[in-house]
Amino acid sequence: MAYLELQGLVRDFGTVKALDGIEISLGEGEFLSLLGPSGCGKTTALRLVAGFDRPDAGRIVVDGKDVTRVAPNKRDMGMVFQAYSLFPNMSARQNVEFGLRIRGKERGDRRKRVDDLLELVGLAAAGDRYPYQLSGGMQQRVALARALAIEPRVLLLDEPLSALDAKVRVQLREEIRRIQLELGITTLYVTHDQEEALSVSDHVAVMYRGRIEQMGAPAEMYSAPATPFVAEFIGTMNRLEGTVVDPSTGAVETGGVTLIVEAAKAKPRGARVLVLIRPETVEVAAANGAGANTMTGEVLTHTFLGPVTRLRITSSGASLIADMPTARAAALPPGSKVDAALPAAEARLLDLTDEPLPEIAEEPAPVGR
Amino acid sequence: MGTLPFFAYAFAFLFLPAGQVLVGAFKGEHGGFTFSNITGLFHQPYIGAFQNSIELSGVTALAGGVFGVLIAYAAIRDGTPRWIRSMLTTFSGVAANFGGIPLAFAFIATLGSIGIVTKFLLNQLHYNIYLHGFSLFTKTGVEIVYLYFQLPLMILVISPAIDGLKREWREAAANLGARPIQFWRYVGVPVLMPSILGAIILLFGNAFAAYATAYSLGYSNLITVTLGAYYQGNVLSNPHFAQAMALGMFAVLALMMAIYIPLLRRAQRWAK
Amino acid sequence: MRLRMPRMAPSAYIWLFLGFAYFFIPLLATFLFSLDKNSTGKCCTLHSYGWVIHNPGFWHTLKVSFLLALETIAISLALFVPTVYWVHLKVPKLRPVLAFMALIPFVVPPIVLVVGLLDVYRGTPAWFYAKPWGFLVVAYVILAFPYMFFSLDAGFRSIDVHTLTEASHSLGASWVTTLLKVILPNIRAAALAGSFLALAIVMGEFTIANLSQFYTFPIFLQYVNETQAYPAAALTLMSFGITWAAMLSLLFIGRKRGQRAAFLTGAR
Repeated sequence: MAYLELQGLVRDFGTVKALDGIEISLGEGEFLSLLGPSGCGKTTALRLVAGFDRPDAGRIVVDGKDVTRVAPNKRDMGMVFQAYSLFPNMSARQNVEFGLRIRGKERGDRRKRVDDLLELVGLAAAGDRYPYQLSGGMQQRVALARALAIEPRVLLLDEPLSALDAKVRVQLREEIRRIQLELGITTLYVTHDQEEALSVSDHVAVMYRGRIEQMGAPAEMYSAPATPFVAEFIGTMNRLEGTVVDPSTGAVETGGVTLIVEAAKAKPRGARVLVLIRPETVEVAAANGAGANTMTGEVLTHTFLGPVTRLRITSSGASLIADMPTARAAALPPGSKVDAALPAAEARLLDLTDEPLPEIAEEPAPVGR
Repeated sequence: MGTLPFFAYAFAFLFLPAGQVLVGAFKGEHGGFTFSNITGLFHQPYIGAFQNSIELSGVTALAGGVFGVLIAYAAIRDGTPRWIRSMLTTFSGVAANFGGIPLAFAFIATLGSIGIVTKFLLNQLHYNIYLHGFSLFTKTGVEIVYLYFQLPLMILVISPAIDGLKREWREAAANLGARPIQFWRYVGVPVLMPSILGAIILLFGNAFAAYATAYSLGYSNLITVTLGAYYQGNVLSNPHFAQAMALGMFAVLALMMAIYIPLLRRAQRWAK
Repeated sequence: MRLRMPRMAPSAYIWLFLGFAYFFIPLLATFLFSLDKNSTGKCCTLHSYGWVIHNPGFWHTLKVSFLLALETIAISLALFVPTVYWVHLKVPKLRPVLAFMALIPFVVPPIVLVVGLLDVYRGTPAWFYAKPWGFLVVAYVILAFPYMFFSLDAGFRSIDVHTLTEASHSLGASWVTTLLKVILPNIRAAALAGSFLALAIVMGEFTIANLSQFYTFPIFLQYVNETQAYPAAALTLMSFGITWAAMLSLLFIGRKRGQRAAFLTGAR
């Protein structure tokens, strides 16, 4: 049974249509990430759920009740903002107990609950400090405790980690997930960082231009992207344009080479397709006479990524990216002639339309306010 | 050092005259050290002028402060078109400088005994404000005039602080269940308070030091006008007594400064 | 992209309307008053404006005040620009000292300053003490100092003083050349902002001029206020117009360079 439902949400700002029919169904205690580049509408959607904005069409249903017209301070949801949301004139403790004070809870009860929550987020000792005395990561922990204090039905997080340092981000996202699982609270999480979304969520919904491109479990999103955008946005992907030449064998002509791709057997002859191959599934070895499903080319560059090195290979005009363990990559410096073996089974095919392929930067920059 | 000309100038034309005044307050008419000038301040009309100045400055500072915040907030808040705020800022910049002589006359033309508004109320609504005890040339009248430069000053000074009220705070408060008035009570007003108090003190000093407006209105029960009149008056008057009056003014203003500076720091800290 | 809620709060309407009424009515009243005929007190004539324009005192004092303003601005810039530059470049520790000093005129208001100045410089030669170009300007520079300082300080903070200076020196320029040809053009907006504020202050300054008995534009205004009611209204509006012009120039400059000028009070 769905606990949180977004039904046909539309939000049009006149100059831009931020949301174009969003449908989401989330079970109780589940964690869904809205993932996408800036401007895709994910924050707009979250703010609609929180009540800070009204949709032009559609409904928001929580636990069976329609809350679309309900004021934000009556929705019983907890929200964690990107930054700056702690009240500066109150200590951490006072911030956390704010929601309880509003609800008229007794001082003794409030104190106990605040203590429990500060403990939960690992800030038991910092209760009396003021926001300006807390680091960014600590502030967000307080913000989380504050949102949870009121025992909300739904937890909403709007890019809570974007303003923090990389290491803190990784640490904190795992803690958020841990706490969420412990409390079993239904959670909607907005981020532009795909690694973040994939690592902590039960479900991921990739959004682009106001629509949900694909929604599913993280592994599914990674290995079976349904659209070119999702393929490009999640992880790094090789995209090779090609044509199906022989469906019976699954032969696809691309980059001057004929590849055998399982998925091509389902396509009509002559269909234009996009062959998607993850870099880590490409086997690179020194050129040795071509085997099946192999492109021969030259190593252009190495990009050192720590445990893994990314090789960029050119092969008769096409460009291929292959990831391999750094130790092995040393044997194939730029300039080496190599064979790149492409996996027949793991390659995905998408239909190629005339719509221009979305261009996404390698490392999306953090979205500022 | 390159700053020498500046310090030399400041010394010659600010510190020296100021020091002369402060020290001279203690000089007797024929030389020697005395407190008689200071004690003389505690007699009428001087003590009355001081009290009146303080009262008038306090009233216009508070009135300017409260209304200034309300007007500034009305212009800045969500929902109000942007152009209103720009206009208000520009106008406030002008009005804050439109003091003294022209301002006094503008109000004489408005609320004086043959002022346009006075005549309007008399002829159209048959209400004679002067008959009912109002006069532009009383403390109340002067307060109304002072507001014309106090309000804009408040608006200019408090606007950045209002800008500093982050939208996230209001949204977080609503999210946690607070109604708008609860937000203001627990977060909005407390955060703004140091800035508001600081601005009110600024307004107080501004009014306290004002001379030209009251002079032009012929209102003499203020320490600045009294000091000026004393200084310009009788050739036999005691210059050191005038200096004592100045010392008294300085004391009040210095006290205001002493309260203002820590408030400023507190406000800046919370702005982070 | 975040848009505002389309609706304006009802209380906002009320306060803005009240504010507008309070500010606008005196100006309107002055305007109507200025159109009244001298003898009957009824509308409508431009006679009062004519009186002002044909009055030699008007032009004389306007010129005097304007020249005083220019002199004040010149001396202020000559004195404060190098100082603030030097502090930003070599002795940043002195900056808080300067900032503190900029608050001192707040504690030593014009009425006190003039009494002190008249006393200290009583014995000085007539070309200084008895002429506005000496005595008054000296005081006005002090009055303008806080506004000049905050403007210039903001301007200097927005440029990289060290890099500019070093680049200039490395290309062979002297200190003076650096200041005039490199630094000054880059803080032009701040300097102009401070200058226009100083202009407004000097054009409206009454207290010091009154006590030291010089005949400036505000003194003329007061004289007319006391003697000619209807022309006084015309004069008041024209004076307001001059302040407007100064402030609008400020706004225009600020917009061009994207710097916000500090509007604070002048004559009271």
